[in-house]
Amino acid sequence: MKSRQRTKRKPLDLALAAVTYIAAGLTVAILLLLIGYVVIQGVPNLKLSMFSPRYTSENVSAFPAIVTTVELTLLSLIIAVPLGVCTAIYLTEYARRGNRVVGLIRITAETLSGIPSIVYGLFGMLFFVTALGWGFSLIAGALTLAIMILPLIMRTTEEALLSVPDSYREGSFGLGAGRLRTVFRIVLPAAVPGILSGVILAIGRIVGETAALIYTAGTAAEMPTLTGSARTLAVHMYTLSSEGLHTGEAYATAVILLVLVVGINALAAFSAKKLTRA
Amino acid sequence: MIKFDIQNLKLYYGDYQALKGIDLAIEEREITAFIGPSGCGKSTLLKSLNRMNDLVEGCRVVGKVLLDGEDIYGALDVTELRRRVGMVFQKPNPFPMSVYDNIAFGPRTHGITQKHKLDEIVETTLKNAAIWDELKDRLKKSAIALSGGQQQRLCIARALAVQPEVLLMDEPTSALDPISTGKIEELILDLKRRYSIVIVTHNMQQATRISDKTAFFLLGEVVEFDETENLFSAPRDKRTEDYITGRFG
Repeated sequence: MKSRQRTKRKPLDLALAAVTYIAAGLTVAILLLLIGYVVIQGVPNLKLSMFSPRYTSENVSAFPAIVTTVELTLLSLIIAVPLGVCTAIYLTEYARRGNRVVGLIRITAETLSGIPSIVYGLFGMLFFVTALGWGFSLIAGALTLAIMILPLIMRTTEEALLSVPDSYREGSFGLGAGRLRTVFRIVLPAAVPGILSGVILAIGRIVGETAALIYTAGTAAEMPTLTGSARTLAVHMYTLSSEGLHTGEAYATAVILLVLVVGINALAAFSAKKLTRA
Repeated sequence: MIKFDIQNLKLYYGDYQALKGIDLAIEEREITAFIGPSGCGKSTLLKSLNRMNDLVEGCRVVGKVLLDGEDIYGALDVTELRRRVGMVFQKPNPFPMSVYDNIAFGPRTHGITQKHKLDEIVETTLKNAAIWDELKDRLKKSAIALSGGQQQRLCIARALAVQPEVLLMDEPTSALDPISTGKIEELILDLKRRYSIVIVTHNMQQATRISDKTAFFLLGEVVEFDETENLFSAPRDKRTEDYITGRFG
């Protein structure tokens, strides 16, 4: 039966099927090519000296940059996630439909998510670095990136909350639970997987960001302090390759970055699993 | 004893009037069935008995609903009202958590936190809902993994866990197969000994099988309210007769 169906396929069916196969194959091929290229170029250049605790122009250590990347990511998420999630909760669970403020927040968020990161960088420089007088610093960079990922966190959380069936809310209210308990005990836990996918996207943007950081956190290759300048791996890579002296090390840094991203995402997935269990 | 005394209840969704002055008395420890075509207001009336309509924007209620003589739209606290008047919905809606946590959600909401007390409540309510034997080894498993019929009985148990006096059921078997439906009907008949039950149903056989009294609704009004036997064998109103003999709806 199955084989007969296959021979009877219409030409259009066949063409559409072919297009989807080709598209999927192409996507995988490009990704593999990219990862393969970076790994082949990078791995031979990985040296133990790249992990020495202090950066010098001889060892071009990536270690301070690794620490900076992790700290900056955590810091930005700690600022942006609670704020974004709470805003989304307000928009979906508390605000009345057709509320003017809601419309305003939505339009603002949509506009903000379309702005190139360099604009955030300039804002961060003018406001945190200059106006507040913080200078190039990890905290200025983290706040700038937090603002940058806020719309993303908000929108994905909103989508996740809206996709929680109303029957859960009804069930909870029907047992006499108030809105607070319903939101935090029933709706939010059910939305965690969706919120997490937003967080992972946000991590990707933080880890890959350079433009907004060069103007706010600066490019010092030092171990990070909250008020001092520091560079993330992406900025480190940018600096190495633009200086032109350490192209091989730049590729090696890319490999480290790749591994780090996989690690951070796995950690995020793991903690979300723990969160939903609790 | 009259449990719910509904007096001239009118309900509006914005400009639309969904209930046009309902007068109805619901007896204690009886099963009262609401029947009628879609959009006749039977579910709306059910939801107004534990104020689930509060959640609908633009919903306005005029008139009185007395629970043991106390106006539920007056001084009575909504949380306390919903504890005393539980609800089971059309589609089984267990929370995405364990069987145990589903049952314990209500008691925890009303301030019970000691583990041994919760353990006891979970066991007795599951026994009352005749589902203990099926679930006693799966208390820590997710409730979402249960079959549709088990989910619905779990939802009934969840409603019973806060020791309500009345159970409102909104077409509780319409999403279930005949065997699960049979089990739930048995359970409802058993629960009648301790609870007052109001059930909305599209299934007239179901109404005749389990209910003591039946109210027939049409266009936001109660056309006829009587002992189920009388209503189905000798309807006084022509419209009731047309409906139960299948001439419309």
